[in-house]
Amino acid sequence: MSRSLMFPGDLLAEFERLQEQLDQAFRSSHGPASIRAMARGSFPPINVGTTPETIEVVAFAPGIDPQALQLSIDKGLLILAGERKKEVPAGGDRVSVYARERFGGPFRRVVSLPEDADPGRVTAKYRDGFLRVSIAKRESSKPRHIEVH
Amino acid sequence: MNDNTQVAARDSTQQQMENTAAILPPVDIFEDESGFTLTADLPGVGKDTLRVKVDGDNLLIEGEGSVAVPEAMELVYAEIRAPYYRRSFTLSRELDASKIEANLKDGVLKLRIPKAEEAKPRRIEVNIG
Repeated sequence: MSRSLMFPGDLLAEFERLQEQLDQAFRSSHGPASIRAMARGSFPPINVGTTPETIEVVAFAPGIDPQALQLSIDKGLLILAGERKKEVPAGGDRVSVYARERFGGPFRRVVSLPEDADPGRVTAKYRDGFLRVSIAKRESSKPRHIEVH
Repeated sequence: MNDNTQVAARDSTQQQMENTAAILPPVDIFEDESGFTLTADLPGVGKDTLRVKVDGDNLLIEGEGSVAVPEAMELVYAEIRAPYYRRSFTLSRELDASKIEANLKDGVLKLRIPKAEEAKPRRIEVNIG
C-alpha cells in the first residue's frame, strides 16, 4: 500500500492535486480564458447571474460584519474585500483543536462586470451569510420590444 | 388512511433530502475541559432551514441555503450550484447530547456540546501510605 493511503491527510492532498490537474485539463480545453478568470476555492465563493434588468452577484460569506465589508465598483470591476477573523478558542493551552477548516484572514474578490452595468445604481444586502449585490443595467441595453408598423 | 399517506409523503421527501448531493461545510472543532465547540459555515441557512439531529451517538447537521433572487435570473457563473449542506459526526460517549446548545448567526452555526458531569477531568488525590 502506498504511503499516502495510510495517512488521511496525505490522501486529501492527493485528491486536491488530482482536482487541480482536472481543473487544468479542462481549463486548457476551453480555449483562451479571461485574464481575470476566477480561481476555484477562493473565499468567498461567488455566483453571478443576469436578469433583463440587473446583474446579480451573490457571495457566500458567512460570519462577516456587513459594516466591515468593502464593496466598490471601479472601471467595470466589482471588488469585494474584507477580513474574517480566525476563530481563537478561549481557554488557552488547555484546548485541543481537531479541525480548523473555516477560512480566516483577509479576502478580496474581483468580478468583471459586463459593459452594460450601471455603477450608479447598485444595491447590496447581507442576510444569513449571503451577500447579494444587484447592479442595474443601463437603460439603453435593456431588451426592448420594437413595434412594426 | 389520510394520516398514512401523509407519513409516507414525509418519508419520501426526507429520503429525497438525504439523497441530494450536498456540500461538506467547513468546520472548526475545539475541545476544552467542559466540552466541545463546533463551528460550521452554512451561508444562506436560516433557522427554519437548519436541522441539527442527534441519533444515538450520531450528530447530523443539515441545511439549505436560500436567497431571494429574481425569478427571471439566469446563472452565468456558479461556484456553488446548490447550497445544500450536510455533515455528520460521531460523538464520543462522555458527551451529553441532551444538553447541546445551538446558535445560528449570519450563516455560522455554533454548537456547544458539553461533557457529562462525571466525564469532566478530576484531579486525583494521591495518597501516600
